[in-house]
Amino acid sequence: MNHESSTRTPTIQHDHAGFARETLKPPSFLAACMLVVKRNLIHIRRMPELLMDVTIQPVMFVLLFAFVFGASIDVPGSGYREFLVPGIMAQTMVFSSFIVAMGLVSDLEKGFVDRLKSLPIHRSAILVGRSISSLIHSSIGITVMALTGLAIGWRLHNGVVDAVLGFVLYLVIGFAMIWVGILVGSTFHSVEGVQGFMFTLIFPLTFLANTFAPTERMPDALRFLAEWNPVSALTQGARELWGNGPPAAPDAAYQLQHPVLFTFAWALLITAVVAPLSVRAFRRRSRD
Amino acid sequence: MSSPAIEAIDLVKRFGDTVAVDGVSFTVPAGSVLGVLGPNGAGKTTTVRMLTTMSRPTSGTGRVAGHDIIKEPEAVRRSMGLTSQVATVDELLTARENIRLSGRFAGLSNAQVRRVGDELLERFSLTEAADRTAKTYSGGMRRRLDLAVSLVATPPVLFLDEPTTGLDPRSRTDLWDVLRGLVADGTTLLLTTQYLEEADQLADDIIVIDRGRIIAQGTPTQLKDATGRASVVLTVTSAEDMPAAEAAVRRVTSEIHLDPAGRRLTARARGLADMLAIGEAVSASGVAIDDLGLQRPSLDDVFLHLTGHRAEDDEASSEPTLEEATR
Repeated sequence: MNHESSTRTPTIQHDHAGFARETLKPPSFLAACMLVVKRNLIHIRRMPELLMDVTIQPVMFVLLFAFVFGASIDVPGSGYREFLVPGIMAQTMVFSSFIVAMGLVSDLEKGFVDRLKSLPIHRSAILVGRSISSLIHSSIGITVMALTGLAIGWRLHNGVVDAVLGFVLYLVIGFAMIWVGILVGSTFHSVEGVQGFMFTLIFPLTFLANTFAPTERMPDALRFLAEWNPVSALTQGARELWGNGPPAAPDAAYQLQHPVLFTFAWALLITAVVAPLSVRAFRRRSRD
Repeated sequence: MSSPAIEAIDLVKRFGDTVAVDGVSFTVPAGSVLGVLGPNGAGKTTTVRMLTTMSRPTSGTGRVAGHDIIKEPEAVRRSMGLTSQVATVDELLTARENIRLSGRFAGLSNAQVRRVGDELLERFSLTEAADRTAKTYSGGMRRRLDLAVSLVATPPVLFLDEPTTGLDPRSRTDLWDVLRGLVADGTTLLLTTQYLEEADQLADDIIVIDRGRIIAQGTPTQLKDATGRASVVLTVTSAEDMPAAEAAVRRVTSEIHLDPAGRRLTARARGLADMLAIGEAVSASGVAIDDLGLQRPSLDDVFLHLTGHRAEDDEASSEPTLEEATR
């Protein structure tokens, strides 16, 4: 114990740590967000298995689909492996909502949000910080898949600008999916609940699309759903920008004729609808 | 003296149809310790959460270090530390990292946080474990770390919500020593507890809350005296002397309880004067005694007296806990 004196000094705070607490200035909003990001990245370093969903799993998917199904799925133009990589990248990006939701529900349940709330920083720093670290998380996944893709024959055919624009499409959808993650994470009260809900949401969303197989030979109703799926716009957009597949069939849904434009539109729409809902859900959850 | 360190002004909190806190007002002078006593679901945690800006009152307000909890929540958060009922340490971070993170959020520089961190780790006997992740800590260590984290910006006002719940007796008395040290340094403390002994040990003043209302307040001694149930306990050397001792005591008071097996005699008394009178009477009768003492009622007795039920067996209460109420 370290008391300089045992006399009561009710109004003057001891300066025992060598700073006057009156002069303390809480960090700026951005600095607070970066502190949250740093803390989240320490979590990944302590529990590398957190990264399995963006490393081992997608690589497994690439290899399974490329070598197990690849031979029997016929893709016009480029080979199946080139066709596959943008699809699996899209799936990984959609999964960023899952990563956000899992992180957020555990921060809420384990008291980290409470701890932050008792400190003189803005509460939304936790959301922004969580979003940034999740984008970093997903970007690691995209990088891992790009490297895996390169190893099995996937290439970027259309120059630097289109290549970069392709990656921007993924980031834009990733941003929109973060809001979905915040909504789900603020709504459920356990990691198990989030897991159950997200798997039922994400699997149909990423499989009922052009991600793993062309849509042309699907039954009509299914094809309609698959071709109007936002994930299909993203995948088709990246394939066209990177030269990994032919343009959509003339009878395909309208959005697949303009996939890049529609990807941006979907990201905007999802964000506009879900962001206010998720902020409200988070505030309600963390208020009382 | 300046304005009080903590003020609650008619605080009310409703969760749907449930009234968790129903008009609570009190003040805590700077540098003193207030114990908030009550069973599970009495409204202690909800009161603390409102005062610490974690939860918005349905009506009423409060002030912490002179700042209004509704109008100036930022200033309140800058002046107070909070240790919640549920530990909020980050299990995947080390003790050092936990302290560092909160310190940086509170506005300390890297150099400051390092210095304060080392001092806090030392004070809470966590230096050896400082670089292990909190996941590996015992319950007592987690509690100490939680408290250390709350103290990183040396807040003048500290709220502790059931700080020793779930701790073994040794860790509990260790924590009490730490808290006494903080108070000696001038910190104002508000602590909630279900343990009557804890309030008795630490608090200058106590308020007793039951079903969202304050049902009693005062110093520990005042509360005990209010029940008016002090007793004198007399132990005779030989069991054969019991009747003689009883006759002697009866000259002072008629309410006597006999415990022949323990050679003990308990008499209702109004205070010290009665004990002295009994001592003289027994001494005059020539009965040899082993022990004579005045027993003030425990706060347990006080609670039973005030509410008609014990403080700790309230599991079956119809009041939902905070957690249930928010689901």
